[in-house]
Amino acid sequence: MTARILDIPVWEVVKKIANQEISSEDYISETLERIQKIDPKINAYITVIKEASLDKALELDKQIRQGKTVGRLAGLPIAIKDSICVKNIKNTCGSRMLENFVAPYNATVADKIIREDGIIIGKTNLDEFAMGTSTEHSYFGATRNPWDSSKVPGGSSGGSAASIASFEAALALGSDTGGSIRSPASFCSVVGLKPTYGAVSRYGLVSYSNSLEQIGPIARDVRSTAILMDCINGHDIRDSTSKNTVPQRFADIFKNTVKNLKIGVPNEFFGEGVQKEVHKSIWNVIHKIEKLGFHYEKTTLPLVKYALPAYYIIAMSEASSNLARYDGLRYGFNVLKNNLNWNTTFSKNRRNGFGDEVRQRIMLGTYTLSAGYFDQYYLKAQKIRTLIKQDFDRAFKKFDILVVPSMPILPFALGEKLNDPLSLYMCDINTVPANLAGIPSISIPCGLSSGLPIGVQIMAPPFREDLLFKAGYLFEENVTIDKSVGEFTNV
Amino acid sequence: MKTPKHPISEKEVSHLAELARLELSGKDVTEMRLHLNKILDYFKMIDEVDTEGISPTYHVFDLVNVLRDDTPHSPESKDLLENVPKKKGRYIKAPRMI
Amino acid sequence: MSSESKKIKIGLEVHCQLTSLKTKLFCNSPSDYREKPPNTNICPVCIGTPGSLPVLNRNALNYATMVASSLNFEIMSHMIFFRKNYFYPDMSKNFQITQYDRAGGVPFAINGYILLNDGRKIRLGRMQLEEDPAKISYDGTIESSSETYVDYNRAGIALIEIVTEPDLESPSDAREFLNKLSSILEHLNVLDLGLEGSVRCDANISHRGGKRVEIKNISSFKEVERALNFEMTRQKSLASKGISVSQETRHWDDVRRITISLRLKEEEQDYRYFPETDLVPVTLSETFIEKINHDMPELPKEREIRFQQEYNHSSEIARVLVKDKYLADYSEKAAKESIAPREVGILLAVNLPPFLNEIGKDLKSLDVAPEHFAELADMISKGEVSRRSAKTIFLEMLKTGQKPRNIFDKKGLDVISDSKSIEDIVTKIFKDNPEAVKDAAKDTKAINFLLGKIMQETQGRVDPSIATKLVKQKLSVQ
Ligand SMILES: [Mg+2]
Ligand SMILES: [Zn+2]
Repeated sequence: MTARILDIPVWEVVKKIANQEISSEDYISETLERIQKIDPKINAYITVIKEASLDKALELDKQIRQGKTVGRLAGLPIAIKDSICVKNIKNTCGSRMLENFVAPYNATVADKIIREDGIIIGKTNLDEFAMGTSTEHSYFGATRNPWDSSKVPGGSSGGSAASIASFEAALALGSDTGGSIRSPASFCSVVGLKPTYGAVSRYGLVSYSNSLEQIGPIARDVRSTAILMDCINGHDIRDSTSKNTVPQRFADIFKNTVKNLKIGVPNEFFGEGVQKEVHKSIWNVIHKIEKLGFHYEKTTLPLVKYALPAYYIIAMSEASSNLARYDGLRYGFNVLKNNLNWNTTFSKNRRNGFGDEVRQRIMLGTYTLSAGYFDQYYLKAQKIRTLIKQDFDRAFKKFDILVVPSMPILPFALGEKLNDPLSLYMCDINTVPANLAGIPSISIPCGLSSGLPIGVQIMAPPFREDLLFKAGYLFEENVTIDKSVGEFTNV
Repeated sequence: MKTPKHPISEKEVSHLAELARLELSGKDVTEMRLHLNKILDYFKMIDEVDTEGISPTYHVFDLVNVLRDDTPHSPESKDLLENVPKKKGRYIKAPRMI
Repeated sequence: MSSESKKIKIGLEVHCQLTSLKTKLFCNSPSDYREKPPNTNICPVCIGTPGSLPVLNRNALNYATMVASSLNFEIMSHMIFFRKNYFYPDMSKNFQITQYDRAGGVPFAINGYILLNDGRKIRLGRMQLEEDPAKISYDGTIESSSETYVDYNRAGIALIEIVTEPDLESPSDAREFLNKLSSILEHLNVLDLGLEGSVRCDANISHRGGKRVEIKNISSFKEVERALNFEMTRQKSLASKGISVSQETRHWDDVRRITISLRLKEEEQDYRYFPETDLVPVTLSETFIEKINHDMPELPKEREIRFQQEYNHSSEIARVLVKDKYLADYSEKAAKESIAPREVGILLAVNLPPFLNEIGKDLKSLDVAPEHFAELADMISKGEVSRRSAKTIFLEMLKTGQKPRNIFDKKGLDVISDSKSIEDIVTKIFKDNPEAVKDAAKDTKAINFLLGKIMQETQGRVDPSIATKLVKQKLSVQ
């Protein structure tokens, strides 16, 4: 690879911009050029913010030259999933319903990025309303996997992960309801963190399943991921579920290497749905770490077997209610016909504004909450959630971290699972348990098989993101992966 | 006990669609029923779990009493109306009721 | 209580805005939405903008606790909020954040009650805290309007919902109940009943064990009795014709003052209640509830007792005075200024209401200071004016706003107390009415005619007992 500034690790870039070795202008320009060149093939972005980003870069360079103190993300191009509101920018959620919706306010995370002088360079593609595992369910077309454009990038934050993998942004934000950060991180061979529930404010994230989801950072390496997490975590009075503690700081924890880590490897995550190549790759990592003197032990979380149906029941139930507000009156798709009554108008707006998968999930969620089925589905699923949480509590009494595959399979071909929702849901089998238990979880690249990425997932107890970063860094340092980006490497 | 293969009827699908305000054509209903039943069949798997005496986890951590002070902010109405598809003056237009 | 009316069962569902809050229930938008241009009193939260999240108003919790406590409710120590899912154009999210009593939910409080004057207990099943929807207006009526207009200024205002058991037995019971409830809420200072739309009511009524009819859209407490009376008459008349009442929801048309069946397709309601996890649970400790109770303003019942002790009001008068906080405050101001607070009570509780009724106004709209009542009471108690003169002054005072003393001076309404003057008047009346004098000599009942003439002549300024004595004396010597 040629020595492009885009190849420099982002955690270094931010220092180089601050000490004038690299100008933000150059970095932003190169990023924008790259977007222009390759995004038509990848479709990571729904909206690209060109002029304002360059203006901001010039302004920051000037401030730096004048010796002014700048924020911790100064000059970095940051991509944000298009379900997280950025004021005066379209926030489509990948849906026809919100095709023309301009966010009237900043999500708390957007405010934080702006305060740290990060440059929001665009809004990334996603499965409609974050419902999906492949970023194929977007009104704005599918995003493609930068490693192989015939394959899906994972989802639903597929645009964010693909933008990072293809060097179309330095850092990105995704949201993870049942794996939506870790799945595309794994498929695109980047690092993606789902924080502890309540660690990052959800204010401004358009809800899919509000009791499960979190906004989280995506980057090309662990240290750069930590830089963004550093800036976005912490209490927010506008989100009642955000934990009332001082923000955690992660950027400096890499100075000392980790010495002791009790590693658990739970069987349930290596079930029959997990492909051979994935198995091999994960065990390869575990054995490498073992050789470094870290011990692992196999363990079991028996109730995790029921995590996937429990997750989908809860997520769809919440979604059916969260998406009720899209009726076309205050915002969104409206058939604008005079002769219809409100009932028919709402039904038409929702029929035409939502795509198939969203409609289907709304229907199922309506069913699982409805009189007569509530106890059998929703309530039962929430009880199973209790049991799964107890499984994790028990495991974390014994282990610091749990290590499992992020995705059970390799990136699959576009369209392959489109007509079989259930097989698509199965892809989330290893990621949903962390959402049900509210614990933090990270996906780290750990190898390629036939040129397709595989990710290892690490889980830790609540609010122990520090452990994930330390362990993740250890893994990253000891696993050599070809970090070139498949077919787009030399574009 | 063997669970019924197709727990939802087309009539139920239509009823759900009404509850959810989703207009479905006859063909939609047939297709939707097929899909829903496949997934509901899968969901049935949770019946295996004994949850007797287990309380549900609605909130994953034990935060309570998150309250805000009763201090007014000036309203932010200007930008909020920009997204409204149909207005009459400052009113948001809705279809007729009946 | 007639046996007929006992056959009536009425239950009420009352929604009261906590108008004394400065902000809405889940956002910082101001709560004084009235009179503002449409859709100016909104923010992302209360208009349901995607991505916005609710945060609970601390004072709403305090106020709700006060209300629950003062209505004898059992307050729940741990509660969560629920979403009530239904579509309607006045809903900003197409669900309402409220409370629920199943699926691990509890209302804010349960098992409260209000006692009626005759000691009957009206049970209050539950109380809950929830958000108000937006306001819809029409071109003409709901039926004829070809499009509708939504104003979200009201959306998200804090409401408390209080649900009674069907313990009310007549429309007048309902009125008494609502008067008591209003007075309590006003004494707590949590709500201003004078604000348009601050209270709303749904009522259900069944007659002789017949089907239950629900009346929606009753927009003030005053309308409740009217609506119930209409509905009761309608049901009775159906019954008398042998037509059975059908179970339905009817709307109160407060212009035509009738209940109407809108013949809307009554869709099967399935609200799909489930927990609102954007809000965390609320716990109310005993210490918290004790503190709220400790800081609670004086309630009508306590005030009624204090009024009897402090101002020597009879229990009946005290009860009338505390029925309405404005009247109670007003009477207390007047009583404090007077040497005869008991007289003040009589003036305000006995004499005032028929007058107000007649002119169709309320005390607030009269331009009469409490001091005026105090002055009049003092004049009565000192015997400076007779009761009859006092009534003249009273009416003049209410009509013109003049001070009683000025009216008295101008009209010469002082009591004629010297016996010489009274004797002269009696003599004059005897002279003018010789026939009546003859009758009176035979029949003592006819004395009243002569007394009436004397009162007329003196505009009631003589003491009736003195006049009677003199008339009897004069008759005996004739
Ligand atoms: Mg209610
Ligand atoms: Zn608001």
